[in-house]
Amino acid sequence: MREIVTDVAIVGAGSAGLSAAYQAASAGADVLVIDENARPGGQLFKQIHKFFGSKEHQAGTRGFAIGEQLLAKVEQSGAKVWLDSLVYGLLPDKSMGVISQGLNYSVKAKKIIIASGAKENYMAFPGSTLPGVMGAGAAQTMINVNRVLPGERILMVGSGNVGLIVSYQLMQAGAEVVGIVEGAPKIGGYGVHAGKIRRAGVPIYVGHTVDCVFGEEEVEGARIVAVDEKWNKIPGTEKTFDVDTVCLAVGLNPMTELVWMAGCKFDFIPSFGGHVPLHDENMETTVKGVYVAGDVTGVEEASSAMEEGNMAGVAAAEALGYLSAEEADKRKQQIMERLNTLRSGMFGAGRRTSKEKQIQDMHTYLESHKRTDPQEEVLGV
Amino acid sequence: MREGVAYTGIPSAQELAACPGIPSRERMEKGRVAVIECVQEIPCNPCENACHLGAIEIGEQITNLPVLHEEKCTGCGMCVANCPGLAITIVDKTYSDTEAVIEFPFEYLPLPAVGDRVDAVSRGGEVLCQGTVTSVRKLKAYAGTAVVGIAVPKEYADSVRSMKRLKRR
Amino acid sequence: MRVIEHPILEELKDQKKATLYYNGKPIEAVEGEPIAAALMNAGIRVFRTTAKRHEPRGIFCAIGRCTDCMMIVDGIPNTRTCVTAVKDGMRVEKQEGLAPLNPQGASKAQ
Repeated sequence: MREIVTDVAIVGAGSAGLSAAYQAASAGADVLVIDENARPGGQLFKQIHKFFGSKEHQAGTRGFAIGEQLLAKVEQSGAKVWLDSLVYGLLPDKSMGVISQGLNYSVKAKKIIIASGAKENYMAFPGSTLPGVMGAGAAQTMINVNRVLPGERILMVGSGNVGLIVSYQLMQAGAEVVGIVEGAPKIGGYGVHAGKIRRAGVPIYVGHTVDCVFGEEEVEGARIVAVDEKWNKIPGTEKTFDVDTVCLAVGLNPMTELVWMAGCKFDFIPSFGGHVPLHDENMETTVKGVYVAGDVTGVEEASSAMEEGNMAGVAAAEALGYLSAEEADKRKQQIMERLNTLRSGMFGAGRRTSKEKQIQDMHTYLESHKRTDPQEEVLGV
Repeated sequence: MREGVAYTGIPSAQELAACPGIPSRERMEKGRVAVIECVQEIPCNPCENACHLGAIEIGEQITNLPVLHEEKCTGCGMCVANCPGLAITIVDKTYSDTEAVIEFPFEYLPLPAVGDRVDAVSRGGEVLCQGTVTSVRKLKAYAGTAVVGIAVPKEYADSVRSMKRLKRR
Repeated sequence: MRVIEHPILEELKDQKKATLYYNGKPIEAVEGEPIAAALMNAGIRVFRTTAKRHEPRGIFCAIGRCTDCMMIVDGIPNTRTCVTAVKDGMRVEKQEGLAPLNPQGASKAQ
């Protein structure tokens, strides 16, 4: 096993990880980003819509263009990016087991930033395992990155921003979307995204769920049904669609495996996708020197993930002495202001409340516990 | 079924009436003007930056709804392609005695050509009438978005907001 | 079906072609794309069957998490085709149930 020593090791080269890498490396830290995919950028390159936010969040710029800019900045900053490289373990002494291009490495970093992202939720119904039922994000990867249509006639399940945006992008790629099904009585995502769908003539069935998907070997059709306020199906309200593909946009959940392995303490926040690591304003967890950023800390969206990455990168650089407390504070305050802006309004304010609870719970934890220090505990230093 | 953008994806008449981005009836009669149908407080302000005339104001708090200063708006259309929500159209009720022009963002292929007859659709995608394409602009600054103008009978000026997608070749 | 023309993304061109062999049958693919994408483009959506009930499975997550897309690739079973890149001449076989973990035994799993 080869040993690699670095100041900062970052797991995940997506929105959060790359932002953290840029901040830490441009401050002077030696940074290694590790990602299991063949290409960097995480889920940014499949985002072909124009982002919201303000100029500071690069609003009005399409996701893939933001990804290209971020990659260029990371390259300039001197951070190293290992692709096709899997972090399979994080030991209590903070060393990471990595398989890269078939070789086994032990990466020892002074600071670790875990930015492993989230994965799509599954939803069970008769026929939900048939080929042709897939995550909306999976379909988005297929059309926008791999440039392959997953099907020609599609039913979307879920009307959050992912369901609305992917429906729109499926039509842009040339597919037909027969409708969007939403269990709740209201559309989950932005009205302006829903408006694009409606102008294209696609119905949004609120208060409906998937009754079943049918087909021999793969999807040949789907049936939806209205539900009452207790989510019971209302007989006689079924509608059948001739579709070859059903996309599920029913939320995501954080990929926290490495964070658990590191021994970090967790919170349970359903609106963030379930178990999320406790962290402070610096994005540092209950384990000293282990930071988290992006969807792994609670599912939000790409702009917030980039800002959390910025925060973790600045904090790690400061802790290593590459930034003065004064300079770091200035940057952190700006980042926090941008985060607060993103976490506001009728759709974002709830995320701010959740994030504040998560950070408050961290402080409550620290009142009665000491942060775990791997150096002390394992190495006895 | 309950009305309103949160239930249907289509702003209701009340939501549109209360929306500060929509010009007055008097301003509409005077010619080209932006119609900003942004009725939910989402964190977003590219329209404000896109307008060099200061006709769109959001302010510090970027979840504020965009306010249209209708006297400053010339209907240039820079905001149309810059709105990530595709919620802005330019309406010109002075195009001719009988027709109004609606310019809207369009991000599908194929694009129509000037002079084509197309199906003009409502906010709900319903075909209301036929329209004649008057312009198709796809500037670099639009970052991939095309802005298509169609002339429709005047009585549809407040209800036509897009066109039906054309069949892919 | 390939998305060649796109209103936002650049037109697809100059892609490096490769040939995949799906159950022995040649399929046109693009060098470096995920195997799953090439199969989907060719209209193949059933990638494997489950061990107990022999039910069909196809792509679900496309990010290497769910294992629904596992196939036998160049004799190696349980390969996640959504995160494994196409190389010219690659042999891809539908996986029936659990395949043995040692590659040498893979052919016996058929």
